[in-house]
Amino acid sequence: MQVDLRILRYDPERDKKPHWESYKVESGPMDRVLDLLHTVKWEQDGTLTFRRSCAHGVCGSDAMLINGRNRLACKIRIDQLGKKISVAPLPGFAVVKDLVVDMEDFFAKYRSVQPYQIDERQMPARERLQSPEDRARYDDTTKCIMCAACTSSCPSFWAKDSYVGPAAIVNAHRFIFDSRDEGSDERLEILADKDGVWRCRTIFNCTEACPRGIDITRAILEVSGAIVDRRI
Amino acid sequence: MIDRQPLSRQMVTHEYEAVIVGAGGAGLYAALELARTGVKTAVLTKLYPTRSHTGAAQGGICAALGNHEEDHWEWHMFDTVKGGDYLVDQDAAEVLAREAIDTVIELEHLGLPFNRTPEGKIDQRRFGGHTRNYGEAPVRRSCFAADRTGHMILQTLYQQCIKHGVRFFDEYHVVDLLIDGGLTRGVVAYRIADGELQVFRSGAVLLATGGFGRIYRITSNAHALTGDGVSLAYRRGVPLEDMEFYQFHPTGIVGIGILLSEAARGEGGYLRNGKGERFMERYAPTLMELAPRDMISRAIYMEIREGRGVDGQDFVHLDLTHLGREVIDAKLPDITEFARVYQGIEPITQLVPITPTAHYAMGGVPTDIEARVVVDERNTVLPGLYAAGECACVSVHGANRLGTNSLIDILVFGRRAGRSMAQDVAGGGLPDVAMDASDPVREELETLRTRARGENVAHIRAELADAMMERCGVFRTEEGLGRLTGEIRALRQRYRNAAIDDRGRVYNTDLLEARELGYLLDCAEATVAAARARTESRGGHYREDHPERDDVEWLKHSLVYKTDGDPEIRYKPVTITRFEPKPRTY
Repeated sequence: MQVDLRILRYDPERDKKPHWESYKVESGPMDRVLDLLHTVKWEQDGTLTFRRSCAHGVCGSDAMLINGRNRLACKIRIDQLGKKISVAPLPGFAVVKDLVVDMEDFFAKYRSVQPYQIDERQMPARERLQSPEDRARYDDTTKCIMCAACTSSCPSFWAKDSYVGPAAIVNAHRFIFDSRDEGSDERLEILADKDGVWRCRTIFNCTEACPRGIDITRAILEVSGAIVDRRI
Repeated sequence: MIDRQPLSRQMVTHEYEAVIVGAGGAGLYAALELARTGVKTAVLTKLYPTRSHTGAAQGGICAALGNHEEDHWEWHMFDTVKGGDYLVDQDAAEVLAREAIDTVIELEHLGLPFNRTPEGKIDQRRFGGHTRNYGEAPVRRSCFAADRTGHMILQTLYQQCIKHGVRFFDEYHVVDLLIDGGLTRGVVAYRIADGELQVFRSGAVLLATGGFGRIYRITSNAHALTGDGVSLAYRRGVPLEDMEFYQFHPTGIVGIGILLSEAARGEGGYLRNGKGERFMERYAPTLMELAPRDMISRAIYMEIREGRGVDGQDFVHLDLTHLGREVIDAKLPDITEFARVYQGIEPITQLVPITPTAHYAMGGVPTDIEARVVVDERNTVLPGLYAAGECACVSVHGANRLGTNSLIDILVFGRRAGRSMAQDVAGGGLPDVAMDASDPVREELETLRTRARGENVAHIRAELADAMMERCGVFRTEEGLGRLTGEIRALRQRYRNAAIDDRGRVYNTDLLEARELGYLLDCAEATVAAARARTESRGGHYREDHPERDDVEWLKHSLVYKTDGDPEIRYKPVTITRFEPKPRTY
């Protein structure tokens, strides 16, 4: 079938502002939006620019705004979208070119929450023991692939871009609720800041946007709950 | 259009004691090791580190922890050697199997969220070719984190690198390797954001760029896996070892090649042909679906050829329906989602159509067991150059890699690379780099960027991938490989006249895809030359015109050297310590 594909294009070396371009692309129902983008780039216009790598939803490169929702281009099929498809870069980030946005600030915020295990105790000769229940406690937030679909869909982030954002909080959650970690005091301190968890208004956009199915709003609430508990 | 601003001639130079190219598991472990010893290190990646293809690895990491049942590193070493059809260098396999244990424990200490046994130990499951007591029966050796073990390795190592202050250069595409006067002097990188070429001066460069599965049409590999490091070394006179051995993984999604992990069979999944038979009982009666991948991929094609594909078509079924929802949701959540998203199949109740998919290069840049690159039959070291992970050939995988051994390879030898580099740079200064070091690659890129009209890059790439799939896949013959040699030569000729649409400096992926096609052509050329020369069948290299293994003539590694004409092939012996070659049955 033929798909009418509209793409928001922007080349900083040529364009003053972004503009829509239309393409007609042949597609099968099981094809994904990434396949359409490749068809345009390889057959019609090599200047079309986007990030992609694994092409099956695990590397997080190709999050973009597809028919009004943040999704991974490699994980959404044409038969889920219909014959008219619009693609634009992730909202809330500066556009570098076409569908490529500037990710530097996003990764800087991730780094700011100390997203690594802190445990300076002497390690045993073998593995530390962790019960399956303790392991399950933070399982959901280990799935994050840093695609930025959540942060980019968050109205609180749009309103105030100094907000650390859902993705960074998810990655802090992964350690705060890991029974092996000893660094939560510092992490919770960072997230209790004015640009931390309190900016979340529980709008649930992040949870809906997550291509990994992480219950992000719940994770944020668990972190804010931990901050409150700690103060009591 | 062509008058747009040329690439800057101004040379930005960085200085680091160690430079790592690639931020997958091998590169990150080396970086962590260097950071812990205080060596000034830069990691360059053409992606962001969390996008590296290590993150796509699913099933697990084998280490003889013995958390469920008796196990020994000697058994793991034996399985690795036998799985590799005895082309494995046994000193390297011993290092792999011994250090696997300590490495997995260290990863747990670094925070990796392994699944746990009821007692809280690291959980382990079965995997293809991993056995107890030298082949008796499958053993639970694969340590895992659901079916996203690679994702958790990548995350854990990246997190630790952040903690230790490693300097990352994200979206820097390395386009040349500086080797002059027999010494490694650094790399040239293209900053994707603005097209600026920058020189990284360093006396210790690690290639950790992963594989080159994109030479094949149906592959589990990411688009980024174009053999950059392998090709750059090849162009600089480093030979490529054992390139004829390429692994096809048995269970790829039909038509697109996305991988459904061997963990599906490790947890008890079956393979069934069109008649519903578990056909592996004809090919590997002891291990059945847990036989090594080369044997299963061949078996699938044999079933299809003999008319026992599903409904006469080119695929067979993976059957998980007897496992139950609980096991599938807890242990195989991601891959069952792949079946749902990409095939519209519900694996809890339906059979999943699969075919083999190009997956892993056993060959690559030759190294010794300290990850130092060696350049000839006598294993002469090229000072300052290192390689680890899929781009390297140690060789621990020989003619066929066992499942999970790629993850343990990147960890064990990534860490070893970091240690070797730290040792080698201690007390030394930085090598000199010529002022015009980036000129040759600048000229190549400028020519490609500004050519007015010419061949479409995507078409050349597609023709290459189709031809490789057809004639250098699971089955090979002299006739097919001979024809393929000519086809690749012709594609190379067309590539010299390739033209692109995007003349810009900012984020020019059109230019980089064209550059990457050159790397793929190099990898394909070396693969076909080695495959054509090897007139026997061993592991992943199966010659229909020479179907038997021939240890008298062919128990040796190939080394392919680039020349102006056809590649030159030399050979070096296999290191055999504990296990004499035997017929390989399962």
